[in-house]
Amino acid sequence: MAVNLLKRLTKREPDDRLFEDLCRDIGPEKVSRDGASQLLYSRDGSTFPGGVPGVVCSPETTDQVISCVKAANRYNRSFVPRGAGTGLAGGAVPCDAPIVISTTKMNAILEIDLDKQFAWVQPGVVNLDLTNALKGSGFHFAPDPSSQQSCTIGGNVANNSGGPHCLAYGVTNAHVLAVEVVLPDGTLVLLGDTSEHTSGYDLRGAFVGGEGTLGVATRIAVRLTPDPPSIRTLLLDFMDVEDAAQTVSAIIASGIVPAAIEMMDQRIVNVVENFVNVGYPTDAAAVLIVEVDGLEDGVKLEVEAIEEIAVTHGARSVRVASSEEEREQIWKGRKSAFGAVAQVKPGYYLHDTVIPRTKLVEVLRNVYQIADKYELIVMNVFHAGDGNLHPLLIFDPEEQGIMERVFSAGEEIVQASIDAGGVLSGEHGIGLEKKGFMEKFFTQDDLEAQRLLKKAFDPDERANPFKVLPSGASCSEVNHLKQLPDGTWI
Amino acid sequence: MKNLEEFQREVGSTGAVAVQGGQTHWDVGGILGDGVRLVSPPAGIDSFNPSEMTVAVNAGTKIEDLNNELSTHGQEVGLEGPNGSTVGGALVVGRNSIRKNRIGSIRATLLQAEYINAQGKIIKAGGPTVKNVTGYDLCRLLVGSLGTLGLIGQVILRTRPLPEENIWLEGEVFPQKVRETCFRPSSLLWDGRTTFVQLEGYGLDVNSEASKLKKLGFRERGKECPIQIPEFRHPFISDSNLQEGVVDVYNSIHYCSREPRALEHSEEVLLLGRRMREIFDPERRLNPNRDPYKAGP
Repeated sequence: MAVNLLKRLTKREPDDRLFEDLCRDIGPEKVSRDGASQLLYSRDGSTFPGGVPGVVCSPETTDQVISCVKAANRYNRSFVPRGAGTGLAGGAVPCDAPIVISTTKMNAILEIDLDKQFAWVQPGVVNLDLTNALKGSGFHFAPDPSSQQSCTIGGNVANNSGGPHCLAYGVTNAHVLAVEVVLPDGTLVLLGDTSEHTSGYDLRGAFVGGEGTLGVATRIAVRLTPDPPSIRTLLLDFMDVEDAAQTVSAIIASGIVPAAIEMMDQRIVNVVENFVNVGYPTDAAAVLIVEVDGLEDGVKLEVEAIEEIAVTHGARSVRVASSEEEREQIWKGRKSAFGAVAQVKPGYYLHDTVIPRTKLVEVLRNVYQIADKYELIVMNVFHAGDGNLHPLLIFDPEEQGIMERVFSAGEEIVQASIDAGGVLSGEHGIGLEKKGFMEKFFTQDDLEAQRLLKKAFDPDERANPFKVLPSGASCSEVNHLKQLPDGTWI
Repeated sequence: MKNLEEFQREVGSTGAVAVQGGQTHWDVGGILGDGVRLVSPPAGIDSFNPSEMTVAVNAGTKIEDLNNELSTHGQEVGLEGPNGSTVGGALVVGRNSIRKNRIGSIRATLLQAEYINAQGKIIKAGGPTVKNVTGYDLCRLLVGSLGTLGLIGQVILRTRPLPEENIWLEGEVFPQKVRETCFRPSSLLWDGRTTFVQLEGYGLDVNSEASKLKKLGFRERGKECPIQIPEFRHPFISDSNLQEGVVDVYNSIHYCSREPRALEHSEEVLLLGRRMREIFDPERRLNPNRDPYKAGP
């Protein structure tokens, strides 16, 4: 464990004075430490059992965020920036009884400049709210994670979030032009600029995807992408999963970069169809949703080419949405997938790895075998076009010993992905979930280099400790230390 | 042919070193200086996987050679530079192409890098897949770093499909009108009087977009950029009076004959950047006389 962090764990100020300071600095109505807030902010969208927040703050201005961070420095405490808490890797789970800085009340769209194609937003703006605000303008914000109805753009920046349409348009990093950040020592800094001039280190690019361990984003300039003049959505169905996977590889190999290629296997198709009834073929082994966009003639050519590739690779049918309503129906099924699985079992663990697109067949086969070995139900619904797997392990959390099997299966899925030339995460991040796996992919020297980046931003290891990089202690061990009477020094 | 381990030995762990590419941007961010040992990264394509749309290539490979190989499979890479420019050189200088709309930003082109750090160790940054959020993104720091954080030896790059058709048009119309008329032209240049547009993509799309521009008075000018682009780059301020040179509208860059100047950065950014360099290279042995913050845009 790092020396600075160890000092903090063993010599901590009691919460009372910190709480009073924060009430004075940002207003008592924005500070809480009652049981409800402790519970609410103890976890995120992951399966990780709750951490323990120290004090929860909900600042409304950049100055108030600075006050929170400065208080953390004065009292030698950690802090955790937090958006909507929809993350799936435990990135927002509070370790080391930190000040939780929830940015959800900083939710204003500050400026939309259609001429220069950017918008300034506060970090608490919900992803879909920006999309809705841009409707009819001819522009949109491209990253569209599945949680876009509730996740915030600040959270998207922290996780470098993806989504189905990132295949052609790139993940969040490609859509953030500048970000105003409160560094862990309380300094306010603007990284990047709206004209994308490249000079000096790309600190903006390094900050995006930092999982809240490099500072707090307080203002973000996002790129606005022109709406394509033409969009076509295809639903392809296959009687063999491997045919579907080979179709994905063949589409990419043909030089077409669709806006999205999503794959769903039979199990998930069935539960989704039962849930929302959008007309998916329930007897198919797998379906692909392929979307192409651009200028009218090119889109027509790509639709024809994809139809031909799909049929050559064994597609039983190809349905091209003939109306906006039909297109929405096709997407509605995909977007309802995670809600739909509750029909089968009450719990799920959603994995996230990336593999070379040419290895889809091989790795999917492995995923099914691993699930069988651990007697688990696995459903696959994922961003096939960029090789981003999302095996969904379905289970009943009440079942004795189930989590051990789920975690063991998960580790084998990660290993199978790495063995195939893949990486640990495509869009959920490392957080607490995968920091123990980092050594599977990086050498100690590689990890040491990443520690240097963290050190430059956060020399005192104050921001969101115990995340991303392997360390000597886990969050649960740290939180165990905190199970002491209020006010006790530890 | 030199490999990564031989490059590692050449860099060693002591003494000031500077990496030599095609020397096409040799003085960007500062001159070489005395007492600095020159090293060269390996060259050549390691592996090209057309169906994955990625290529593993050594940093000393000339961009032209790389694109020649990729073009045999209808692909190209989002790097550009004058004749002789190398992959590693283009990455560490970090400038976007005027065709950024088509080939993507240079920062998004680099997926994985293996570099030699200040202690002489081989470090892997990023990963080989087109999507990846595994840990901190050191690749972002390497692009535009002028080799001050590590010396890039090998990289994995994202490739793009080559366009089926490519034409340039020019007309005495403001660039804004083109933006309102066309969907994402590849390049958009303006010399204060004439606008130059590059359209790339499927032949049918290019022709239909060109027809719209011709109705505005644009004329076709062939496949090559019809205007000489001056050497030096300055930030383009939209209300500035364009006396000479050419503006790259999408990148907000004003190319002209005036000597370039460093961009202004806030004290806080400079402090963070300086700290980054000191931590990565405490003895300042990697390209010691170059400073990314003294480079122009």
